[in-house]
Amino acid sequence: MITATNITKKFGRITAVSSVSFELADGASLALWGSNGAGKTTLIRCILGVCRFQGRASIGGIDVRRRGRHARALVGYVPQELAFHDDARLASAMAFFAGLRRATPATAARSLAAVGLTGHERKRVRDLSGGMKQRLALAIALLSDPPLIVLDEPTSNLDAAGRGEVVHTLRALKQAGKTLIFASHRPDEVISLADRVLVLERGRVERDTTPAELWPTEKPVQVIRLHLAMAREEDAAEALRRAGHAVHLNGDGLCVAVARDRKAEPISALALHRIEVRDIEVLDDVRFPEVQP
Amino acid sequence: MTALTATPITVHAAPARSFFGGVAAFARREFRDAIASRWFLLYTIAFTVLAVGVSFLSLSGVGSHGFAGFGRTAAGLLNLIMLVVPLMALTAGAGAIAGERERGTLIYLLAQPVSRTQVILGKYAGLATALVCSLCIGFGVSAGVLAWRTGGVGIAAYAMLVAFTALLALAMLSVGVLISVVSRRSAVATGIALFVWLALVFVSDLGLMASSILFRLRVQEIFGLAILNPMQSFKMAVIVNMNASLDVLGPVGAYASFTLGRALPWILAATVAAWAVLPLALATILFARRNSP
Repeated sequence: MITATNITKKFGRITAVSSVSFELADGASLALWGSNGAGKTTLIRCILGVCRFQGRASIGGIDVRRRGRHARALVGYVPQELAFHDDARLASAMAFFAGLRRATPATAARSLAAVGLTGHERKRVRDLSGGMKQRLALAIALLSDPPLIVLDEPTSNLDAAGRGEVVHTLRALKQAGKTLIFASHRPDEVISLADRVLVLERGRVERDTTPAELWPTEKPVQVIRLHLAMAREEDAAEALRRAGHAVHLNGDGLCVAVARDRKAEPISALALHRIEVRDIEVLDDVRFPEVQP
Repeated sequence: MTALTATPITVHAAPARSFFGGVAAFARREFRDAIASRWFLLYTIAFTVLAVGVSFLSLSGVGSHGFAGFGRTAAGLLNLIMLVVPLMALTAGAGAIAGERERGTLIYLLAQPVSRTQVILGKYAGLATALVCSLCIGFGVSAGVLAWRTGGVGIAAYAMLVAFTALLALAMLSVGVLISVVSRRSAVATGIALFVWLALVFVSDLGLMASSILFRLRVQEIFGLAILNPMQSFKMAVIVNMNASLDVLGPVGAYASFTLGRALPWILAATVAAWAVLPLALATILFARRNSP
Protein backbone atom coordinates (compact mmCIF):
# COMPACT_ATOMS: atom_id res chain seq x y z
CA MET A 1 0.00 0.00 0.00
CA ILE A 2 2.76 2.43 0.96
CA THR A 3 6.37 2.58 -0.08
CA ALA A 4 8.58 5.25 1.44
CA THR A 5 12.17 5.50 0.32
CA ASN A 6 14.73 7.77 1.96
CA ILE A 7 12.25 10.42 2.96
CA THR A 8 14.14 13.46 4.19
CA LYS A 9 12.59 16.73 5.20
CA LYS A 10 14.55 19.80 6.25
CA PHE A 11 13.33 23.10 7.62
CA GLY A 12 16.28 25.36 6.97
CA ARG A 13 19.20 23.76 8.82
CA ILE A 14 17.01 21.53 10.92
CA THR A 15 16.45 18.02 9.64
CA ALA A 16 12.98 16.98 10.81
CA VAL A 17 12.98 13.62 9.02
CA SER A 18 16.16 11.90 7.89
CA SER A 19 16.27 9.07 5.33
CA VAL A 20 13.20 7.23 6.55
CA SER A 21 12.28 4.18 4.51
CA PHE A 22 9.57 1.60 5.07
CA GLU A 23 6.98 -0.44 3.26
CA LEU A 24 3.51 -1.29 4.45
CA ALA A 25 1.36 -4.01 2.95
CA ASP A 26 -2.39 -3.78 2.32
CA GLY A 27 -4.37 -4.28 5.50
CA ALA A 28 -1.37 -3.85 7.81
CA SER A 29 -1.09 -1.23 10.51
CA LEU A 30 1.94 0.80 11.46
CA ALA A 31 2.41 2.93 14.56
CA LEU A 32 4.82 5.87 14.59
CA TRP A 33 6.32 6.12 18.06
CA GLY A 34 8.68 8.71 19.44
CA SER A 35 9.04 11.76 21.61
CA ASN A 36 7.73 15.18 20.66
CA GLY A 37 9.82 16.52 17.80
CA ALA A 38 10.89 13.03 16.72
CA GLY A 39 9.42 13.67 13.27
CA LYS A 40 6.14 11.72 13.41
CA THR A 41 3.89 14.52 12.20
CA THR A 42 6.36 15.67 9.58
CA LEU A 43 6.69 12.12 8.25
CA ILE A 44 2.89 11.88 8.00
CA ARG A 45 2.78 15.17 6.09
CA CYS A 46 5.46 13.90 3.70
CA ILE A 47 3.52 10.68 3.12
CA LEU A 48 0.42 12.73 2.37
CA GLY A 49 2.42 14.91 -0.01
CA VAL A 50 1.36 18.16 1.63
CA CYS A 51 4.92 19.37 2.07
CA ARG A 52 7.96 19.14 -0.17
CA PHE A 53 10.54 16.52 0.72
CA GLN A 54 13.46 14.59 -0.66
CA GLY A 55 13.12 10.90 -1.39
CA ARG A 56 10.15 8.99 -2.73
CA ALA A 57 6.77 8.01 -1.38
CA SER A 58 3.98 6.21 -3.14
CA ILE A 59 0.51 5.16 -2.08
CA GLY A 60 -1.08 2.32 -3.99
CA GLY A 61 1.71 2.71 -6.55
CA ILE A 62 0.95 6.41 -7.10
CA ASP A 63 3.83 8.82 -6.53
CA VAL A 64 2.66 11.38 -3.96
CA ARG A 65 5.01 14.06 -5.26
CA ARG A 66 4.01 13.81 -8.90
CA ARG A 67 0.34 12.88 -8.55
CA GLY A 68 -0.43 14.00 -5.04
CA ARG A 69 -4.17 14.52 -5.32
CA HIS A 70 -4.67 11.13 -6.94
CA ALA A 71 -2.58 9.48 -4.22
CA ARG A 72 -4.54 11.33 -1.53
CA ALA A 73 -7.79 10.01 -3.01
CA LEU A 74 -6.69 6.68 -1.50
CA VAL A 75 -6.17 8.20 1.94
CA GLY A 76 -8.44 9.28 4.76
CA TYR A 77 -6.60 11.66 7.08
CA VAL A 78 -7.47 12.25 10.72
CA PRO A 79 -5.48 15.08 12.34
CA GLN A 80 -4.69 15.53 16.01
CA GLU A 81 -7.64 17.87 16.23
CA LEU A 82 -10.02 18.64 13.42
CA ALA A 83 -9.22 22.09 12.09
CA PHE A 84 -12.07 23.43 10.02
CA HIS A 85 -14.01 26.65 9.92
CA ASP A 86 -15.63 26.96 13.33
CA ASP A 87 -18.70 28.68 11.94
CA ALA A 88 -19.45 25.88 9.50
CA ARG A 89 -22.29 23.56 10.36
CA LEU A 90 -21.55 19.88 10.51
CA ALA A 91 -23.82 19.15 7.52
CA SER A 92 -22.18 21.88 5.46
CA ALA A 93 -18.68 20.61 6.33
CA MET A 94 -19.67 17.08 5.36
CA ALA A 95 -21.20 18.31 2.11
CA PHE A 96 -18.01 20.18 1.22
CA PHE A 97 -15.73 17.23 1.86
CA ALA A 98 -18.18 14.85 0.20
CA GLY A 99 -17.93 17.09 -2.86
CA LEU A 100 -14.14 16.94 -2.79
CA ARG A 101 -14.17 13.16 -2.37
CA ARG A 102 -16.88 12.46 -4.91
CA ALA A 103 -19.13 10.98 -2.26
CA THR A 104 -22.90 11.21 -2.50
CA PRO A 105 -25.05 12.87 0.18
CA ALA A 106 -26.29 9.39 1.10
CA THR A 107 -22.70 8.26 1.68
CA ALA A 108 -22.07 11.34 3.81
CA ALA A 109 -25.12 10.52 5.92
CA ARG A 110 -23.93 6.92 6.29
CA SER A 111 -20.47 8.09 7.37
CA LEU A 112 -22.00 10.34 10.01
CA ALA A 113 -24.17 7.50 11.21
CA ALA A 114 -21.18 5.17 11.38
CA VAL A 115 -19.46 7.47 13.88
CA GLY A 116 -22.62 8.22 15.82
CA LEU A 117 -23.09 11.83 14.72
CA THR A 118 -26.52 11.51 13.14
CA GLY A 119 -28.78 14.19 14.57
CA HIS A 120 -25.98 16.71 15.07
CA GLU A 121 -25.99 18.02 11.48
CA ARG A 122 -27.21 21.52 12.47
CA LYS A 123 -24.47 22.01 15.06
CA ARG A 124 -21.58 24.30 14.26
CA VAL A 125 -18.07 22.86 14.33
CA ARG A 126 -17.12 25.16 17.22
CA ASP A 127 -19.95 23.69 19.32
CA LEU A 128 -18.71 20.11 18.99
CA SER A 129 -16.77 18.51 21.80
CA GLY A 130 -13.23 17.26 21.20
CA GLY A 131 -14.50 13.71 20.83
CA MET A 132 -17.21 14.73 18.39
CA LYS A 133 -14.68 16.66 16.30
CA GLN A 134 -12.50 13.58 16.08
CA ARG A 135 -15.49 11.49 15.09
CA LEU A 136 -16.34 14.07 12.44
CA ALA A 137 -12.75 13.91 11.17
CA LEU A 138 -13.09 10.14 11.06
CA ALA A 139 -16.40 10.41 9.18
CA ILE A 140 -14.76 12.74 6.64
CA ALA A 141 -11.80 10.36 6.32
CA LEU A 142 -14.14 7.48 5.56
CA LEU A 143 -16.30 9.38 3.04
CA SER A 144 -14.83 7.80 -0.04
CA ASP A 145 -14.12 4.48 1.68
CA PRO A 146 -10.34 4.85 1.20
CA PRO A 147 -8.12 1.80 1.71
CA LEU A 148 -5.59 3.75 3.81
CA ILE A 149 -6.33 5.74 6.99
CA VAL A 150 -3.60 8.05 8.30
CA LEU A 151 -4.03 9.38 11.82
CA ASP A 152 -1.87 11.88 13.66
CA GLU A 153 -2.29 11.31 17.39
CA PRO A 154 -6.04 10.96 16.98
CA THR A 155 -6.78 10.52 20.68
CA SER A 156 -4.36 12.97 22.24
CA ASN A 157 -7.08 15.53 23.03
CA LEU A 158 -9.72 13.08 24.15
CA ASP A 159 -10.81 11.80 27.54
CA ALA A 160 -10.78 8.10 28.37
CA ALA A 161 -14.26 7.49 26.98
CA GLY A 162 -13.48 9.34 23.75
CA ARG A 163 -10.22 7.45 23.36
CA GLY A 164 -12.01 4.18 23.82
CA GLU A 165 -14.55 5.02 21.13
CA VAL A 166 -11.90 6.01 18.60
CA VAL A 167 -9.73 2.97 19.31
CA HIS A 168 -12.80 0.74 19.05
CA THR A 169 -13.64 2.21 15.64
CA LEU A 170 -10.07 1.92 14.42
CA ARG A 171 -9.97 -1.70 15.49
CA ALA A 172 -13.13 -2.31 13.46
CA LEU A 173 -11.57 -0.59 10.47
CA LYS A 174 -8.48 -2.76 10.80
CA GLN A 175 -10.63 -5.84 10.90
CA ALA A 176 -12.44 -4.56 7.81
CA GLY A 177 -9.09 -4.63 6.00
CA LYS A 178 -8.09 -1.00 6.07
CA THR A 179 -4.41 -0.13 6.17
CA LEU A 180 -3.59 2.12 9.11
CA ILE A 181 -0.71 4.47 9.84
CA PHE A 182 -0.96 6.36 13.06
CA ALA A 183 1.19 8.39 15.39
CA SER A 184 0.53 7.86 19.05
CA HIS A 185 1.91 8.58 22.49
CA ARG A 186 -0.09 5.82 24.09
CA PRO A 187 1.36 2.30 24.34
CA ASP A 188 -2.09 0.80 24.89
CA GLU A 189 -3.22 2.11 21.48
CA VAL A 190 -0.06 0.93 19.79
CA ILE A 191 -0.34 -2.51 21.34
CA SER A 192 -3.98 -2.95 20.47
CA LEU A 193 -3.87 -1.54 16.94
CA ALA A 194 -0.41 -1.84 15.41
CA ASP A 195 1.24 -4.77 13.67
CA ARG A 196 4.49 -2.84 13.48
CA VAL A 197 6.06 0.10 15.25
CA LEU A 198 8.46 2.57 13.72
CA VAL A 199 10.39 4.13 16.59
CA LEU A 200 11.55 7.58 15.55
CA GLU A 201 14.10 9.71 17.33
CA ARG A 202 15.40 13.03 16.04
CA GLY A 203 13.92 12.30 12.62
CA ARG A 204 15.61 8.92 12.23
CA VAL A 205 14.22 5.41 12.46
CA GLU A 206 15.67 3.98 15.65
CA ARG A 207 13.85 0.67 15.39
CA ASP A 208 11.38 -1.00 13.06
CA THR A 209 9.80 -3.45 15.44
CA THR A 210 6.57 -4.90 16.82
CA PRO A 211 4.58 -3.90 19.91
CA ALA A 212 5.43 -7.23 21.54
CA GLU A 213 9.15 -6.57 21.13
CA LEU A 214 8.80 -3.05 22.38
CA TRP A 215 6.96 -4.12 25.53
CA PRO A 216 8.02 -7.75 25.94
CA THR A 217 5.84 -9.74 28.28
CA GLU A 218 3.70 -12.81 28.17
CA LYS A 219 1.58 -11.69 31.08
CA PRO A 220 -1.31 -9.27 31.11
CA VAL A 221 0.23 -5.87 31.67
CA GLN A 222 -0.77 -2.39 32.34
CA VAL A 223 1.08 0.53 30.93
CA ILE A 224 1.59 3.38 33.31
CA ARG A 225 2.79 6.84 32.52
CA LEU A 226 5.03 8.50 35.06
CA HIS A 227 5.33 12.26 35.24
CA LEU A 228 8.47 13.32 37.03
CA ALA A 229 8.88 16.23 39.41
CA MET A 230 11.97 17.38 37.54
CA ALA A 231 13.31 17.07 34.02
CA ARG A 232 15.35 13.89 34.49
CA GLU A 233 13.55 11.64 32.01
CA GLU A 234 16.73 10.20 30.50
CA ASP A 235 18.16 9.31 33.94
CA ALA A 236 14.83 7.85 34.99
CA ALA A 237 14.52 5.76 31.83
CA GLU A 238 18.03 4.39 32.33
CA ALA A 239 17.32 3.56 35.99
CA LEU A 240 14.10 1.76 35.10
CA ARG A 241 15.77 -0.24 32.33
CA ARG A 242 18.48 -1.32 34.74
CA ALA A 243 15.69 -2.44 37.08
CA GLY A 244 14.31 -4.62 34.28
CA HIS A 245 11.38 -2.53 33.12
CA ALA A 246 10.37 -1.89 29.51
CA VAL A 247 10.27 1.86 29.31
CA HIS A 248 9.86 4.43 26.58
CA LEU A 249 10.17 8.16 26.53
CA ASN A 250 7.53 9.79 24.42
CA GLY A 251 7.75 13.45 25.23
CA ASP A 252 4.89 13.31 27.69
CA GLY A 253 6.31 11.39 30.64
CA LEU A 254 7.73 7.89 30.79
CA CYS A 255 5.65 4.95 29.63
CA VAL A 256 6.40 1.79 31.56
CA ALA A 257 4.82 -1.63 31.05
CA VAL A 258 4.27 -3.37 34.40
CA ALA A 259 2.46 -6.39 35.71
CA ARG A 260 -0.97 -5.43 36.95
CA ASP A 261 -0.15 -6.26 40.57
CA ARG A 262 3.23 -4.48 40.61
CA LYS A 263 2.45 -0.96 39.54
CA ALA A 264 4.44 0.64 42.37
CA GLU A 265 7.71 -1.06 41.40
CA PRO A 266 8.90 1.61 38.97
CA ILE A 267 8.22 4.33 41.54
CA SER A 268 10.32 2.46 44.11
CA ALA A 269 13.07 1.95 41.56
CA LEU A 270 13.15 5.67 40.83
CA ALA A 271 13.10 6.55 44.52
CA LEU A 272 16.35 4.63 44.93
CA HIS A 273 17.88 7.11 42.47
CA ARG A 274 16.26 10.07 44.22
CA ILE A 275 13.99 10.72 41.27
CA GLU A 276 10.63 11.95 42.45
CA VAL A 277 7.46 10.99 40.64
CA ARG A 278 4.93 13.83 40.51
CA ASP A 279 2.01 11.95 38.99
CA ILE A 280 1.10 8.52 37.75
CA GLU A 281 -1.39 7.74 35.00
CA VAL A 282 -2.64 4.21 34.52
CA LEU A 283 -3.37 3.55 30.88
CA ASP A 284 -5.69 0.90 29.55
CA ASP A 285 -5.29 -2.80 30.22
CA VAL A 286 -3.37 -4.64 27.56
CA ARG A 287 -3.27 -8.35 26.89
CA PHE A 288 -0.88 -9.21 24.10
CA PRO A 289 -2.36 -12.56 23.11
CA GLU A 290 -5.65 -10.87 22.21
CA VAL A 291 -4.15 -8.38 19.86
CA GLN A 292 -1.60 -10.45 18.03
CA PRO A 293 -2.77 -11.37 14.53
CA MET B 1 -20.05 5.49 18.89
CA THR B 2 -21.40 2.76 16.69
CA ALA B 3 -18.82 0.20 15.74
CA LEU B 4 -18.20 -0.09 12.05
CA THR B 5 -19.18 -3.40 10.64
CA ALA B 6 -16.58 -5.36 8.78
CA THR B 7 -16.80 -4.81 5.05
CA PRO B 8 -14.69 -6.23 2.24
CA ILE B 9 -11.40 -4.49 1.51
CA THR B 10 -11.84 -1.60 -0.88
CA VAL B 11 -9.01 -1.76 -3.36
CA HIS B 12 -9.70 1.56 -5.04
CA ALA B 13 -11.41 4.54 -3.46
CA ALA B 14 -13.26 7.07 -5.60
CA PRO B 15 -10.72 8.81 -7.84
CA ALA B 16 -9.87 12.45 -7.27
CA ARG B 17 -12.26 15.00 -8.76
CA SER B 18 -11.44 16.61 -12.07
CA PHE B 19 -9.34 19.75 -11.90
CA PHE B 20 -12.24 22.11 -12.50
CA GLY B 21 -14.54 20.09 -10.26
CA GLY B 22 -12.12 20.61 -7.38
CA VAL B 23 -11.79 24.33 -8.17
CA ALA B 24 -15.59 24.67 -8.27
CA ALA B 25 -15.95 22.89 -4.90
CA PHE B 26 -13.56 25.35 -3.24
CA ALA B 27 -15.15 28.30 -5.04
CA ARG B 28 -18.61 27.38 -3.78
CA ARG B 29 -17.39 27.03 -0.21
CA GLU B 30 -15.42 30.28 -0.34
CA PHE B 31 -18.41 32.13 -1.79
CA ARG B 32 -20.71 30.80 0.94
CA ASP B 33 -18.21 31.69 3.65
CA ALA B 34 -17.66 35.16 2.20
CA ILE B 35 -21.32 36.13 1.96
CA ALA B 36 -21.90 34.85 5.48
CA SER B 37 -19.06 36.93 6.88
CA ARG B 38 -19.24 40.31 8.57
CA TRP B 39 -16.75 41.97 6.23
CA PHE B 40 -18.90 41.18 3.22
CA LEU B 41 -21.98 42.58 4.90
CA LEU B 42 -20.19 45.72 6.12
CA TYR B 43 -18.51 46.47 2.81
CA THR B 44 -21.70 45.83 0.87
CA ILE B 45 -23.74 48.10 3.11
CA ALA B 46 -21.05 50.79 3.13
CA PHE B 47 -20.61 50.70 -0.63
CA THR B 48 -24.37 50.70 -1.28
CA VAL B 49 -25.00 53.61 1.08
CA LEU B 50 -22.15 55.63 -0.40
CA ALA B 51 -23.15 54.84 -3.99
CA VAL B 52 -26.77 55.85 -3.35
CA GLY B 53 -25.54 58.96 -1.53
CA VAL B 54 -23.38 59.97 -4.47
CA SER B 55 -26.32 59.32 -6.81
CA PHE B 56 -28.57 61.66 -4.84
CA LEU B 57 -25.86 64.29 -4.64
CA SER B 58 -25.38 64.07 -8.40
CA LEU B 59 -29.07 64.62 -8.95
CA SER B 60 -29.61 67.34 -6.39
CA GLY B 61 -29.17 70.99 -7.30
CA VAL B 62 -29.36 70.37 -11.02
CA GLY B 63 -32.77 68.78 -11.25
CA SER B 64 -33.49 65.37 -12.57
CA HIS B 65 -34.23 66.34 -16.15
CA GLY B 66 -32.08 67.58 -18.92
CA PHE B 67 -28.75 66.05 -17.96
CA ALA B 68 -27.16 62.70 -18.14
CA GLY B 69 -27.96 61.34 -14.68
CA PHE B 70 -26.09 58.04 -15.02
CA GLY B 71 -23.05 59.64 -16.63
CA ARG B 72 -22.86 62.31 -13.97
CA THR B 73 -23.22 59.76 -11.20
CA ALA B 74 -20.58 57.55 -12.80
CA ALA B 75 -18.16 60.45 -12.62
CA GLY B 76 -19.14 61.07 -9.02
CA LEU B 77 -18.68 57.43 -8.13
CA LEU B 78 -15.22 57.20 -9.66
CA ASN B 79 -13.34 58.55 -6.65
CA LEU B 80 -15.45 56.54 -4.25
CA ILE B 81 -14.72 53.35 -6.18
CA MET B 82 -11.01 54.07 -6.26
CA LEU B 83 -10.98 54.28 -2.49
CA VAL B 84 -13.39 51.56 -1.42
CA VAL B 85 -13.17 48.77 -4.01
CA PRO B 86 -9.39 48.18 -3.82
CA LEU B 87 -9.64 48.15 -0.03
CA MET B 88 -12.41 45.54 -0.15
CA ALA B 89 -10.59 43.34 -2.63
CA LEU B 90 -7.09 43.61 -1.13
CA THR B 91 -8.23 42.75 2.38
CA ALA B 92 -10.45 39.92 1.18
CA GLY B 93 -7.58 38.42 -0.80
CA ALA B 94 -5.08 38.92 2.02
CA GLY B 95 -7.07 36.64 4.30
CA ALA B 96 -7.57 33.90 1.74
CA ILE B 97 -4.54 31.68 2.37
CA ALA B 98 -2.87 33.31 5.39
CA GLY B 99 -6.10 32.97 7.39
CA GLU B 100 -6.36 29.27 6.63
CA ARG B 101 -2.68 28.81 7.47
CA GLU B 102 -3.03 30.62 10.78
CA ARG B 103 -6.15 28.69 11.81
CA GLY B 104 -4.42 25.42 10.96
CA THR B 105 -7.12 24.53 8.46
CA LEU B 106 -4.84 24.73 5.42
CA ILE B 107 -2.96 21.54 6.22
CA TYR B 108 -6.25 19.68 6.56
CA LEU B 109 -7.53 21.01 3.23
CA LEU B 110 -4.27 20.09 1.50
CA ALA B 111 -4.50 16.57 2.91
CA GLN B 112 -7.63 16.07 0.79
CA PRO B 113 -7.46 14.83 -2.82
CA VAL B 114 -6.86 18.32 -4.21
CA SER B 115 -3.84 20.16 -5.53
CA ARG B 116 -2.56 23.48 -4.26
CA THR B 117 -3.47 25.04 -7.61
CA GLN B 118 -7.07 23.93 -7.18
CA VAL B 119 -7.17 25.38 -3.67
CA ILE B 120 -5.86 28.80 -4.62
CA LEU B 121 -7.87 29.14 -7.84
CA GLY B 122 -11.02 27.95 -6.11
CA LYS B 123 -10.59 30.43 -3.30
CA TYR B 124 -9.92 33.23 -5.79
CA ALA B 125 -12.98 32.34 -7.86
CA GLY B 126 -15.23 32.19 -4.79
CA LEU B 127 -14.01 35.50 -3.40
CA ALA B 128 -14.20 37.15 -6.84
CA THR B 129 -17.83 36.06 -7.21
CA ALA B 130 -18.67 37.37 -3.74
CA LEU B 131 -16.96 40.69 -4.44
CA VAL B 132 -18.71 41.17 -7.77
CA CYS B 133 -22.04 40.34 -6.11
CA SER B 134 -21.32 42.91 -3.41
CA LEU B 135 -20.53 45.56 -6.04
CA CYS B 136 -23.59 44.65 -8.09
CA ILE B 137 -25.81 45.18 -5.06
CA GLY B 138 -24.35 48.67 -4.52
CA PHE B 139 -24.45 49.62 -8.17
CA GLY B 140 -27.86 48.03 -8.59
CA VAL B 141 -29.50 50.01 -5.82
CA SER B 142 -27.83 53.18 -7.06
CA ALA B 143 -28.99 52.43 -10.63
CA GLY B 144 -32.53 51.90 -9.36
CA VAL B 145 -32.51 55.35 -7.77
CA LEU B 146 -31.14 56.91 -10.93
CA ALA B 147 -33.53 55.11 -13.25
CA TRP B 148 -36.44 56.27 -11.10
CA ARG B 149 -35.27 59.91 -11.25
CA THR B 150 -33.78 60.20 -14.74
CA GLY B 151 -35.36 57.46 -16.81
CA GLY B 152 -32.14 55.72 -17.79
CA VAL B 153 -30.19 58.50 -19.51
CA GLY B 154 -26.49 57.49 -19.81
CA ILE B 155 -27.00 53.97 -18.60
CA ALA B 156 -24.41 52.55 -21.03
CA ALA B 157 -21.62 54.58 -19.42
CA TYR B 158 -22.84 53.40 -16.03
CA ALA B 159 -22.82 49.76 -17.14
CA MET B 160 -19.25 50.15 -18.39
CA LEU B 161 -18.31 51.67 -15.04
CA VAL B 162 -19.69 48.57 -13.33
CA ALA B 163 -17.69 46.33 -15.69
CA PHE B 164 -14.46 48.28 -15.17
CA THR B 165 -15.02 48.29 -11.42
CA ALA B 166 -15.43 44.50 -11.42
CA LEU B 167 -12.16 44.23 -13.34
CA LEU B 168 -10.43 46.50 -10.82
CA ALA B 169 -11.80 44.36 -7.99
CA LEU B 170 -10.44 41.20 -9.63
CA ALA B 171 -7.04 42.86 -10.07
CA MET B 172 -6.83 43.97 -6.45
CA LEU B 173 -8.09 40.60 -5.24
CA SER B 174 -5.31 38.97 -7.22
CA VAL B 175 -2.74 41.20 -5.50
CA GLY B 176 -4.35 40.40 -2.15
CA VAL B 177 -4.09 36.66 -2.75
CA LEU B 178 -0.41 37.05 -3.66
CA ILE B 179 0.16 38.91 -0.38
CA SER B 180 -1.69 36.13 1.44
CA VAL B 181 0.51 33.41 -0.04
CA VAL B 182 3.75 35.06 1.08
CA SER B 183 2.48 35.99 4.56
CA ARG B 184 2.61 33.60 7.48
CA ARG B 185 0.01 35.37 9.55
CA SER B 186 -3.32 36.89 8.69
CA ALA B 187 -2.60 40.15 10.52
CA VAL B 188 0.66 40.60 8.59
CA ALA B 189 -1.13 39.95 5.30
CA THR B 190 -3.81 42.51 6.14
CA GLY B 191 -1.12 45.02 7.15
CA ILE B 192 0.73 44.57 3.87
CA ALA B 193 -2.56 44.82 1.96
CA LEU B 194 -3.36 48.13 3.66
CA PHE B 195 0.12 49.41 2.86
CA VAL B 196 -0.29 48.42 -0.80
CA TRP B 197 -3.71 50.11 -0.87
CA LEU B 198 -2.21 53.27 0.57
CA ALA B 199 0.66 53.13 -1.90
CA LEU B 200 -1.58 52.63 -4.92
CA VAL B 201 -4.19 55.19 -3.91
CA PHE B 202 -2.06 58.01 -2.57
CA VAL B 203 1.68 57.48 -2.70
CA SER B 204 2.02 56.45 -6.35
CA ASP B 205 0.52 59.74 -7.57
CA LEU B 206 2.88 61.75 -5.43
CA GLY B 207 5.80 59.53 -6.42
CA LEU B 208 5.03 59.95 -10.08
CA MET B 209 4.81 63.71 -9.72
CA ALA B 210 8.10 63.83 -7.83
CA SER B 211 9.83 61.50 -10.31
CA SER B 212 8.65 63.50 -13.29
CA ILE B 213 10.17 66.66 -11.82
CA LEU B 214 13.35 65.08 -10.46
CA PHE B 215 14.19 63.00 -13.53
CA ARG B 216 12.59 65.31 -16.08
CA LEU B 217 10.56 62.45 -17.48
CA ARG B 218 9.11 62.75 -20.95
CA VAL B 219 5.35 62.66 -21.33
CA GLN B 220 5.32 59.13 -22.79
CA GLU B 221 7.42 57.90 -19.86
CA ILE B 222 5.02 59.48 -17.39
CA PHE B 223 2.10 57.85 -19.18
CA GLY B 224 3.87 54.48 -19.17
CA LEU B 225 4.58 54.74 -15.45
CA ALA B 226 1.05 55.96 -14.70
CA ILE B 227 -0.70 53.03 -16.31
CA LEU B 228 1.48 50.61 -14.34
CA ASN B 229 -0.75 51.56 -11.44
CA PRO B 230 -4.03 49.69 -12.03
CA MET B 231 -5.94 52.48 -10.29
CA GLN B 232 -4.68 55.02 -12.79
CA SER B 233 -5.47 52.72 -15.69
CA PHE B 234 -8.93 52.22 -14.26
CA LYS B 235 -9.47 55.95 -13.80
CA MET B 236 -8.36 56.77 -17.35
CA ALA B 237 -10.46 53.95 -18.79
CA VAL B 238 -13.58 55.20 -17.01
CA ILE B 239 -12.99 58.79 -18.11
CA VAL B 240 -12.44 57.73 -21.73
CA ASN B 241 -15.54 55.56 -21.55
CA MET B 242 -17.66 58.51 -20.43
CA ASN B 243 -16.73 60.20 -23.72
CA ALA B 244 -14.76 62.70 -21.74
CA SER B 245 -11.43 63.90 -23.02
CA LEU B 246 -8.29 62.83 -21.25
CA ASP B 247 -7.22 66.43 -21.63
CA VAL B 248 -8.55 66.84 -18.09
CA LEU B 249 -5.48 64.88 -17.03
CA GLY B 250 -3.16 67.44 -18.61
CA PRO B 251 -0.42 66.83 -21.19
CA VAL B 252 -0.17 63.14 -20.35
CA GLY B 253 -3.86 62.62 -21.08
CA ALA B 254 -3.62 64.62 -24.26
CA TYR B 255 -0.61 62.56 -25.36
CA ALA B 256 -2.47 59.31 -24.67
CA SER B 257 -5.58 60.43 -26.55
CA PHE B 258 -3.57 61.69 -29.48
CA THR B 259 -1.15 58.77 -29.92
CA LEU B 260 -3.32 55.80 -28.97
CA GLY B 261 -6.72 57.00 -30.17
CA ARG B 262 -9.37 54.30 -30.18
CA ALA B 263 -6.95 51.67 -28.87
CA LEU B 264 -6.59 53.58 -25.61
CA PRO B 265 -9.56 52.08 -23.70
CA TRP B 266 -8.50 48.59 -24.74
CA ILE B 267 -4.92 49.16 -23.64
CA LEU B 268 -6.11 50.51 -20.30
CA ALA B 269 -8.51 47.60 -19.80
CA ALA B 270 -5.78 45.14 -20.76
CA THR B 271 -3.47 46.72 -18.20
CA VAL B 272 -6.02 46.24 -15.42
CA ALA B 273 -6.72 42.71 -16.67
CA ALA B 274 -2.99 41.96 -16.56
CA TRP B 275 -3.08 42.95 -12.88
CA ALA B 276 -5.85 40.42 -12.39
CA VAL B 277 -3.90 37.62 -14.08
CA LEU B 278 -0.21 38.10 -13.29
CA PRO B 279 -0.25 38.37 -9.47
CA LEU B 280 -2.61 35.40 -9.31
CA ALA B 281 -0.31 33.39 -11.58
CA LEU B 282 2.68 34.30 -9.41
CA ALA B 283 0.71 33.47 -6.26
CA THR B 284 -0.21 30.07 -7.71
CA ILE B 285 3.42 29.29 -8.57
CA LEU B 286 4.71 30.41 -5.16
CA PHE B 287 1.99 28.50 -3.33
CA ALA B 288 2.71 25.33 -5.30
CA ARG B 289 6.41 25.63 -4.53
CA ARG B 290 6.09 26.32 -0.81
CA ASN B 291 8.22 24.08 1.32
CA SER B 292 5.46 23.54 3.84
CA PRO B 293 1.74 24.40 4.09
